[in-house]
Amino acid sequence: MRVTVDEDRCCGAGQCVLLAPEVFDQREDDGVVALLDGKPPESLHATVREAAEVCPTGAIRVDEEA
Amino acid sequence: MGADQTERVLDYPIPGPEVLEPPREWEELRRGCPVAHVRLPSGDPARLVTRYEDVKQVLSDPRFTRQLNAEGAARISESETGGVFNSDMAARVPDTGEEHRQWRRLVGKWFTAKRMTALRPRIEAMADQLVDGMVEHGTPADLKAHLGFPLPVWVICDMLGVPDADRDRFSHWSDALLNLTRYTPEEMERAQTEFDAYMTGHVEAKRAEPQDDLISSLITEVAEAGADLPGPALVATSMGLLVAGHETTANMIGKMVAMLLDDRSRWESLVADPSLVRTAVEESLRYDANGGVGLPRYITEETEIGGTTVPAGTTVMCSMSAANRDGSAFEDADGMDLGRSPNPHLTFGSGAHACLGQALARTELQVVLEVLLRRLPTLELAVPAAELRPVDGLIVGGLSEVPVRW
Repeated sequence: MRVTVDEDRCCGAGQCVLLAPEVFDQREDDGVVALLDGKPPESLHATVREAAEVCPTGAIRVDEEA
Repeated sequence: MGADQTERVLDYPIPGPEVLEPPREWEELRRGCPVAHVRLPSGDPARLVTRYEDVKQVLSDPRFTRQLNAEGAARISESETGGVFNSDMAARVPDTGEEHRQWRRLVGKWFTAKRMTALRPRIEAMADQLVDGMVEHGTPADLKAHLGFPLPVWVICDMLGVPDADRDRFSHWSDALLNLTRYTPEEMERAQTEFDAYMTGHVEAKRAEPQDDLISSLITEVAEAGADLPGPALVATSMGLLVAGHETTANMIGKMVAMLLDDRSRWESLVADPSLVRTAVEESLRYDANGGVGLPRYITEETEIGGTTVPAGTTVMCSMSAANRDGSAFEDADGMDLGRSPNPHLTFGSGAHACLGQALARTELQVVLEVLLRRLPTLELAVPAAELRPVDGLIVGGLSEVPVRW
């Protein structure tokens, strides 16, 4: 699985960080998403999918094949 | 629903049969009349969208603006000015593009998930203290007055650096600001003027003597960045955060607890497995049938919503509550499933204007539920759910009281 984020779309809702703090963080100075792990281990795949699914701006992309 | 009925004009908001139940019209509207004609409390016409995809599309599309002070936009509330959505207060905060993005990021850094997590132990201690007070008062008690209302007020006052001793005044100003039909135009105007004066004074005091709070930091950072956030925008931001920071969450705490106790097997499953708290909070946010009027948007060009053409100059009401019960988006949409995941409900809106304080709201709701499950596992409603009464005449939905015993 490969995860990418679109910083320009991000509205800083923080849902992804609440769900998967191992994979996502928010920048200290503006709350925009910061990707910590673009290739998360399998144990986190379900929560990462959930984070992408509930992101209010659709700023998280999950590529299952990569 | 036939073609003739698509021309029918409904009075909006549509009352539910009981306070925890959705209006029967939602299903009909989603199926047969997804872009319905409605009449607002002001008497002005608007269109109502109820399908999940349509509500999401309108809220995410920047052409649908929040600029309800535009000439030709429908007034929402029953007053000359139309209330908070139409007021200049909404217009003082940048609405679109780079300016909105800048504003959003300046304020948003105060509401990051990490900050909320750091705040959690203090919110929990406060919730415990409020439950102590409720227990001391004795059973039965109004959970809204003892816990649901004071907790979020305390949290947001603490963040903004305003004294929560003034909370009764905030509560009145905020109700008047969120008025739909409860207050007269004169009462609304007086409240707005008083609130504005109070907050202007507060902002000036922080400017003179900055402290460790959101308003001081906004002032300092804006100055440091050489950016320009004019005084009125700062005052509007502070007022907006204070109102949004407590009214919605206070109501949601009451509704969440009522929904979970209405069918007590829900409460019992949480007592047995508190790890369900996170998904139970999301499901309560989705399942809430009494979410208020929803969000209005205004469009200045002709466009299409789910196959229906709407003309330029249309005001659109988005019912997130109706969208959250759309069977095409959620399996068994009318069932409350405490483990539902993922749960992409639209209660916090969608897109660039999605609720700024949602991480705070989630944290408060999760903490309240955890504390109640731990402290009062025998909690139950002290009246039948049918006797619960809605908060009347405001743009937000809630219960006037939540009588409980334990």
